Amino acid sequence: MTEHPITMLKRKSDLLSHHEREDIDSWLARYPADKKQSALLAALRAVMHEDHYLSREKMDAVADYLGLPEIAVYEVASFYSMYEMDAKAAAKYSISVCTNVSCMLCGSDVILDHIEKKLGIKLGESTPDGKFFLKVEEECLAACSSAPMMQVNHVYHTHLTPEKVDEILDGLE
Amino acid sequence: MAEEFVTIEINDQPVQARKGAMLIEVADNNGISIPRFCYHKKLSIAANCRMCLVEMEKSWKPVPACATPVNAGMKFWTRSDKAKNAQKGIMEFLLINHPLDCPICDQGGECELQDVSVGYGSNKSQYAEIKRVVQDKDIGPLIETEMTRCIQCTRCVRFGDEIAGMREMGGVGRGDRLEIGTYIEKSLQSELSGNVIDLCPVGALTAKPSRYKARAWEMVAHDAIAPHDSVGSHLQVHTFRKEVVRAVPRENDAINECWISDRDRFSYQGIASADRITKPMLKRDGHWYEVSWQQALDATAEILRAADPARTGALASATSTVEELYLFQRLMRGLNIRNIDHRVRQTDFSDQSAAPLCPSLGMPIAQLEQQNAVFLIGSNVRQEQPLLNHRIRKAALKGAAVMALNPRAFDFNYDVAQQAVAPADMLQALQAMANDPDNAVMATLKNAEHAAVLLGNVAVQHPDFAALRGLAYTIAEQTGATFGYLAESANTVGAWVAGVVPHRLSAGRELKQAGVPVGEFLSENTRTFVLLNTELADFANPQQAMKALSAAENVIVIAPFADNTTRKYATVLLPSSTFAETSGTFINAAGQWQSFKGATVPPGEARPTWKVLRVLGNTAGVPEFDWVATEEIVAELHLELDGVAVCNNRYAGTVGRDAKSCVSTTADGAFQRIGDVQMYRVDPLVRRAKALQAMIPPAAVQLNPQDAANMGVAAGDTLKVSQGAVTITLPAQLDAGIPAGCAGLQSGIEVSNVLGAAFGALQIAKAG
Ligand code: SF4
Ligand code: FES
Ligand code: FES
Repeated sequence: MTEHPITMLKRKSDLLSHHEREDIDSWLARYPADKKQSALLAALRAVMHEDHYLSREKMDAVADYLGLPEIAVYEVASFYSMYEMDAKAAAKYSISVCTNVSCMLCGSDVILDHIEKKLGIKLGESTPDGKFFLKVEEECLAACSSAPMMQVNHVYHTHLTPEKVDEILDGLE
Repeated sequence: MAEEFVTIEINDQPVQARKGAMLIEVADNNGISIPRFCYHKKLSIAANCRMCLVEMEKSWKPVPACATPVNAGMKFWTRSDKAKNAQKGIMEFLLINHPLDCPICDQGGECELQDVSVGYGSNKSQYAEIKRVVQDKDIGPLIETEMTRCIQCTRCVRFGDEIAGMREMGGVGRGDRLEIGTYIEKSLQSELSGNVIDLCPVGALTAKPSRYKARAWEMVAHDAIAPHDSVGSHLQVHTFRKEVVRAVPRENDAINECWISDRDRFSYQGIASADRITKPMLKRDGHWYEVSWQQALDATAEILRAADPARTGALASATSTVEELYLFQRLMRGLNIRNIDHRVRQTDFSDQSAAPLCPSLGMPIAQLEQQNAVFLIGSNVRQEQPLLNHRIRKAALKGAAVMALNPRAFDFNYDVAQQAVAPADMLQALQAMANDPDNAVMATLKNAEHAAVLLGNVAVQHPDFAALRGLAYTIAEQTGATFGYLAESANTVGAWVAGVVPHRLSAGRELKQAGVPVGEFLSENTRTFVLLNTELADFANPQQAMKALSAAENVIVIAPFADNTTRKYATVLLPSSTFAETSGTFINAAGQWQSFKGATVPPGEARPTWKVLRVLGNTAGVPEFDWVATEEIVAELHLELDGVAVCNNRYAGTVGRDAKSCVSTTADGAFQRIGDVQMYRVDPLVRRAKALQAMIPPAAVQLNPQDAANMGVAAGDTLKVSQGAVTITLPAQLDAGIPAGCAGLQSGIEVSNVLGAAFGALQIAKAG
């Protein structure tokens, strides 16, 4: 039996971890109190950081925490390609190989092919150990001058060769 | 700030316009048509469909008329080559991904896309590639989706945000993969959700209950007035081969604007319910026999003439028309029956003689929007009168302070300073306010330029109604606020005006010898009952009602429906009409008399109710009972009213202006029931509307979390709930909006039919 009846009611935002809350709060502090929506991108990033994808429950938790309609969170989460909404994509490292025009001309298919073989997964799949996810990337990642390139989580790797790829991926914990 | 008017030119004609108005609005006001999809006058401007492109002087590019504010001297051409080419181009783009499934689309024939395509598009397409397909979504029993047809105008999205006050639809994904939907599988919950059907310019969102029933051009449209809440929304009822197949709003800015509630839109489904009675019936020795009208009327007249008036009770639902109610009381009074009432959900009648002639809103409906402060007492206005709530919401969005005192925290779609106290404590809370002019509520009301104190359904159904009302009047007086009632049913005001109360004649005229109110005559002492459109689920205390009705020798039911429960206690069934099958009049909350004609005829041998009553009056030998049309009945009532101020809300009561609670404090261990009425269970018609019934959440008892913890009850646990001698089991829900010592268990829902008083005591224990 608790002292405060209200706290006994489960809230959707209860799901957010202490760390996620801290992160979101630090962003909230930068915006006016009635403009909590401004912290939405950062809040989703905080969740991505911990879970590597956005579960429906976590999105609802964010909506509750920021006082937004749930659909407003789904809209934003589905708009930006940096967010993953599928549990299958929840790997420690998300690899995006750019296959847009410049990269394609510079041999991105060879790179992609190499990674697929190396990891034993196809585009859109994760390794069974949950270490790597090979993302379907449709847009130019804006590093054409250093093509071919890939992005691993937030880090850009340019002027790729299969050897260089091995080196990068093998070097990841 | 005075509005500035400017002269602009459209199609070489000078036109006067408000400076800054959008061109499309100016064109609409001048009868110049500009095609559009995303623009809607009641929604914000999105300017995303580009269908409204027109030519503007000094602009190389065509401009969107919906997002171009006008200024003096501007010149536009809506049908120049440049404009036409732009429109044609946009139309072609819009059709690229639109399926050509008009032959199987319910919107066909009333589709904006079809119309605009014919008017402004091209008759061939250059596009031969594959079209995009969008997976359908299930958004509940009311709205059918075919999302491949969606042109992403976002009207439905903006509606949720701006009008319904809860955003449920959105645009998910981006670019060519953007899809309109709810993302997760869920049914729309807004009480106004059906309006997206009208808003959607294509066949992406259509009405599920009427899907594939008939083509738009095969239906016949009839003007009608909505028969549930006291808004009196303007409807158009559509019939196909005499069957009502759907209801849509008719625009009326003073009443419902262009919206209707889901209840008003989908309740027509009840008309064709299996409970319809189509032949007069008499019960003899426990068996029902179909008889001729003559036999039925003779038998009924015989029963009424032979009945002891003092031991007879006559009850009529306030969803009946003015004409029906007027004839009903004339008939009863002609037979000396004085126990006449319509207040079946009310339990406190102690100040009835002080009541105003009718419970009026005290202002025109649209004026609710102009309030700066609103104090709701005992009102779940969002569910009770959804479109009055919409007006209050508009006021709130403009900055009005909305406050409420309720027996539980009701859900609002705008900010409300809501105080939720146990039913038995509402009086004290109100008294404390009234006694303290510095109280926040009092101060807010007083300082507001326009303020209103509004009494809702829950207040009227409350066991302390008289005292609550007295205090509410006191608060209004002290703060200079307008006093108003949020009348309960489509014709609650009409029932008072027509004299369906025991203590007053029609037009509020004095009575020499008054009858007793329903609370008193609903007992085993009453030997004969007459029920007009009233059934068990309509009563404040179904247990008491069932006992009284079962004990009576005769129960005469004049109604369109009779279910098994009704057949148990009734002895005579006279089949009559629903709102769509009769001409008649409803008086809405603001006192507007709205007459309508029947859209169709009642099925089988059922007859319009007023005619049944008329002929019954003749058969029973009541003198001067010879109206031949509903217009005559209303005219007679108008004559009686001559010079009477109907809607002045004058209250002559002094009783109950103190907090001497009339509710006996609940016995130890008992919970106070909060039995507000489920919104889709308010009257016989809506209770039979299938799709709306599917919207009702499973029955449950809501408890305060602390109470639940004390009892060791968790959400979902099964509870044994007893009232009177009846025990039922229901799952528990925890709700912090329920005051301690109370239990939320709605009225009108199926399980509540075996229970007692809506605001009575409940025994609750954990089952097993
Ligand atoms: S579903 Fe209809 S109203 Fe909603 S965006 Fe699509 S076309 Fe517009
Ligand atoms: S095409 Fe690959 S970075 Fe631009
Ligand atoms: S109506 Fe103007 S852009 Fe859609």
